Amino acid sequence: MNKMREIILEILEKNSKINPSDLAVMLGSSETEIVNEIQKMEKEQVICGYHTLINWDKTTKDSVTALIEVKVTPQRGEGFDRIAERIYRFHEVKAVYLMSGGFDLTVIIEGSTMKEVALFVAQKLSTLDSVLSTSTHFVLKRYKDHGLIFEEHKKDERMVVSP
Amino acid sequence: MNEQLLSKKVKDIPPSGIRKFFDVVKEMEDAISLGVGEPDFDTPWHIREEGIYSLEKGKTVYTSNAGLIELREEICHYLHRRFGLTYNPKTETLITVGGSEGIDLAFRAMINPGDEVLIPEPCFVSYKPCAVMAGGVAVPIPLKAENDFRLTKEELESYITPKTKILVLPFPNNPTGAIMTKKDLKNIVDVIIKHDLFVISDEIYAELTYEEEGHVSIASLPGMKERTLVLNGFSKAYAMTGWRMGYAVGPAPLIKVMTKVHQYAIMCAPTTSQYAAIEASRNGDEDVLRMRTAYDQRRRIMVKGFRDMGLDCFEPLGAFYVFPSIQKTGFSSEEFATQLLQQQKVAVIPGTAFGDSGEGFIRCSYAYSIDEIKVALERIEKFVKQYI
Repeated sequence: MNKMREIILEILEKNSKINPSDLAVMLGSSETEIVNEIQKMEKEQVICGYHTLINWDKTTKDSVTALIEVKVTPQRGEGFDRIAERIYRFHEVKAVYLMSGGFDLTVIIEGSTMKEVALFVAQKLSTLDSVLSTSTHFVLKRYKDHGLIFEEHKKDERMVVSP
Repeated sequence: MNEQLLSKKVKDIPPSGIRKFFDVVKEMEDAISLGVGEPDFDTPWHIREEGIYSLEKGKTVYTSNAGLIELREEICHYLHRRFGLTYNPKTETLITVGGSEGIDLAFRAMINPGDEVLIPEPCFVSYKPCAVMAGGVAVPIPLKAENDFRLTKEELESYITPKTKILVLPFPNNPTGAIMTKKDLKNIVDVIIKHDLFVISDEIYAELTYEEEGHVSIASLPGMKERTLVLNGFSKAYAMTGWRMGYAVGPAPLIKVMTKVHQYAIMCAPTTSQYAAIEASRNGDEDVLRMRTAYDQRRRIMVKGFRDMGLDCFEPLGAFYVFPSIQKTGFSSEEFATQLLQQQKVAVIPGTAFGDSGEGFIRCSYAYSIDEIKVALERIEKFVKQYI
């Protein structure tokens, strides 16, 4: 991947709201060039979407997140991909990763109550043929996500003027 | 107390122009400041963590006067890796309390009464007073915007007298952001050698160079190592200003005498900071790159901002300052800074705080987030538009 792309992505990953004209100045490029490059990356699915990082704890919405360790039997000719697909198609499932180590898949689930999540695991996930076992861990508090510390009150401690 | 008791030499040194301005800005609440001379990043955590760990282990005693040998070794590796400089950690390296102590030590170690010290201006505020306090005569060389504030051979030559002993080379430069490329340095080396000058090269901003070839130290050029003292430190490159960690590398006889002064005045640099600095020089290259990349992006926003509002602004290739000319507005630097602060509540530093040749310019730091920079630029533009 070319250097320019890499830098654009690094900036967008932290701030997808940045406008292309600023981006162009920051990188010493033209706005058209930046817009084209971003569109190309969207088409190639290098950029897959733009999300907003939300601290749901600060809202009134009830939401629980669970991280589930899943052990599965890989299938002949399909490896893990097929069972992963059967899992990630559920809309409750926010993320699925194939893992190295003691279990096979990490499945991240969001629901409005613990019960809802637990029922999903019991009724939908554990009952899948290739699933051997699950182990559910509920998230109690999010300190940092996507490289961002949630409850940090940053204050500029510097003297306003210094040599 | 009877003021007659105070040293006449020190009393005669004018107060720093920055200090004066600081008092004004301090009074102004909710002002946006582009006036700071230090990074906005926190010290990277792995470096802070080493400092904490050293405290936990009870590393709370003096180190050797010259500093921990482990740190001196790491610094020498670093200087070799980054700038091709080769120094002996035992005899040619001294850990100082920030880069500033290095400036003071160097002058005290070298100057005999009446020796002349050439100081290209605009520049950092300490050289002149430190040279004077050491008994020297400070001779400013006013640099010009049309040369991108680089020191030319002709300028250098025209200020040399039989009494000239030292040339201070403050590049990348605070406040102008100017750098000296390898070619620029080569141009002045002949003059330096011909007149047998000694160079104090303040390279504290070395890592913040936004040019492909990167920073070039004059000490790496043929014939220069034996007549150069390189001053550097951790403040700007690793966002470690508060740790007060600097160092000097140079010819052994000079380092020996500097160490003597340091030993009597300071004893040793702070121990906790030294342990943190070991980690920085060993594992900090990526942090430096990350911060440099961010500064470089802000730099472009800043330069374009000033040019778009109709001011002349040469492209700074080092440090984290832009130095636009405000001559078109008809204000002096100080009037401009004062009016801007009063009308739009943005603090910038008048160029004259860095020497008379800074008249007509202001220093704006881009050690701020892009959002902060954009708000400040909008306000400055509103102010400037009234006068040009």
